Amino acid sequence: MEENEKRLVDLVADMEEDDALACAREMLDSGVNPLRVLDLCRTAMDIVGKRFEQGEYFLPELILAGEVLDQIGAMAKPLIIQTSDKPAVKLPKVLIGTVHGDLHDIGKNIVTFMLDINGFEVKDIGIDVPVARFIEEIKEFKPQIVALSGFLTLAFDSMKETIEAITAAGLRDQLKIQIGGGQIDETIRAYTGADGFGLNAVDAVTFSRKWTGDFSHA
Amino acid sequence: MPDATGTTRYNEKMKRIMDAVELRQPDRVPVAFQASFWLARYGGISYRELMYNYDKAAEIMRSALIEFDPDQYYPVHATTIGRVSEAMGFKQIQWPGHGVGDNQPFQYLDREYMTADEYDDYIFDPTGFYLNKYLPRVGEAFEGLEELPKFAGLYYNHLLAQMRHFGNPGAVRALAALQKMAEESQRFIMHKIGFEKDMASLGFPVTHGAATNAPFDYFGDYFRGAKGILTDMRRRPDKLLEAMEKAGVLLLRHALANAKASGNAFVFIPIHWAPDSFMSQEQFLKFWWPQCRKIILGLIENDLIPICLWESVCTKRMEAIGDIPAGKAIYWFERSDLVTAKEVLGDVVCLRGNVSPSLMTTGSPEEVDASCRHLIETVGKGGGFILDCAFGIPDETPLENVRAMYQSVQKYNA
Repeated sequence: MEENEKRLVDLVADMEEDDALACAREMLDSGVNPLRVLDLCRTAMDIVGKRFEQGEYFLPELILAGEVLDQIGAMAKPLIIQTSDKPAVKLPKVLIGTVHGDLHDIGKNIVTFMLDINGFEVKDIGIDVPVARFIEEIKEFKPQIVALSGFLTLAFDSMKETIEAITAAGLRDQLKIQIGGGQIDETIRAYTGADGFGLNAVDAVTFSRKWTGDFSHA
Repeated sequence: MPDATGTTRYNEKMKRIMDAVELRQPDRVPVAFQASFWLARYGGISYRELMYNYDKAAEIMRSALIEFDPDQYYPVHATTIGRVSEAMGFKQIQWPGHGVGDNQPFQYLDREYMTADEYDDYIFDPTGFYLNKYLPRVGEAFEGLEELPKFAGLYYNHLLAQMRHFGNPGAVRALAALQKMAEESQRFIMHKIGFEKDMASLGFPVTHGAATNAPFDYFGDYFRGAKGILTDMRRRPDKLLEAMEKAGVLLLRHALANAKASGNAFVFIPIHWAPDSFMSQEQFLKFWWPQCRKIILGLIENDLIPICLWESVCTKRMEAIGDIPAGKAIYWFERSDLVTAKEVLGDVVCLRGNVSPSLMTTGSPEEVDASCRHLIETVGKGGGFILDCAFGIPDETPLENVRAMYQSVQKYNA
């Protein structure tokens, strides 16, 4: 890694937003391949993710890192020249949504971001998602993991219904289901028939890695 | 219900609660009752009706109090906000008939209600910011207030000409809408006062009269939204700190006035942003705790009793938050382990909680009984404990489980 490349990685990972944006701008202006700039951001996000897992970073850093990534992405993406020589890497897929009746999305968004920076292709289908929509999306997107989010206690039954419907549609065997949210614990995991539950975004990543193979951190 | 007059029963219950608050061993472990939409199921009505029908809600609450005989109950009027929310055109929540179905609870919408560059407006002139920007964003009835005269800076004969702005179309409309809202707001509060007086005469004390928030939660939840407040901690920490300093004074002032008006010494502080996993301990000690502590101490200095509901897991915070005068507050923990809390905070605050929602909704009455017994016999030892759910009775809880919980305090003692 060249010196300016390492500088960008460090600035992003160390939460130096203004300097990181200026550095990325400079690199793009001087003709550095925008795909390379995005790769460096991924490297920085790996560091952010690790610091979060180790308890050095918390939500403020995770959210800010996401903002920086979005801004650099907005600068770099228009400069990318479409090439077809390299086949896209196939990432393991996670379908995520807040179950029906529940409008909360803060936790879901954080989990989505953590999965994304940890190398998953995440499809977020929003809040208050009806059971039928989950079924349609599973058929279409073919995820290995389905993540159900919910903050209210009404989500216990909504999660249970969603998982029962996935089973009834004959889709249960081809995927693993994890649930998460403020009130979720082992009792609710067993009640809903999910394969796992998480108390935070790190748990969601650990679960997803476990069931899809540790592809990116081998 | 025990055979005693209302006054005797009321005094017995208050003594039990105050013994717990002041860290003495009560005659038995007191139990609190907080239910919101569970009451609709209990009374066989829709969530929507519970929100709109004051009399029906009160009647159901009354039956629940007589059946479960708790030592303190959470005001049912915290849920009967349908009419007054409609009169205000409340934009920060969705409630039955307004964004969610008839049997769904009202839910708060996490949005940015104040932009990042408006901190200066707030800090310079909070009232002006409320009138011109904030209120019209959170309630339809306020739309048009921004057309009122800009009072600050006016003087002498400037007043003569500037008051014409009271006649601006938006201002006229807003004032009429607010007048109408005030009528509903009066009905709502008078009903609350009447009901609580009736329940007191039957012997049931209400948990609290006033409520407030930590300055961080006030800005995080109701102004900046989750993403906004979290990035502010990194992007504009000084502005956030300055705004919280200002807001802290206003929040305490309101809490004192409301507590005084209610004649109830307990002040409820639901806490959203303190959990261990949300921010580092260093950030907690910079942005969260000192500002909230100031409010807690301000209440205590005025002979009021804060009830802090620490949502999620706040185990790492326990040592820091123990820095308040002993025997003056209630710390209600949602998911933190109460046995640990007893070890760390048992000499300082009365603990409250925390039968888990998963157990209440999916467990058997025997399991609920066992969980309550465990809490009573361990956390209740030596006093300083009020039994309750983690954060109220979950809406979906089977009736037998609620019965098991309220019977447990009669069966077991510390």
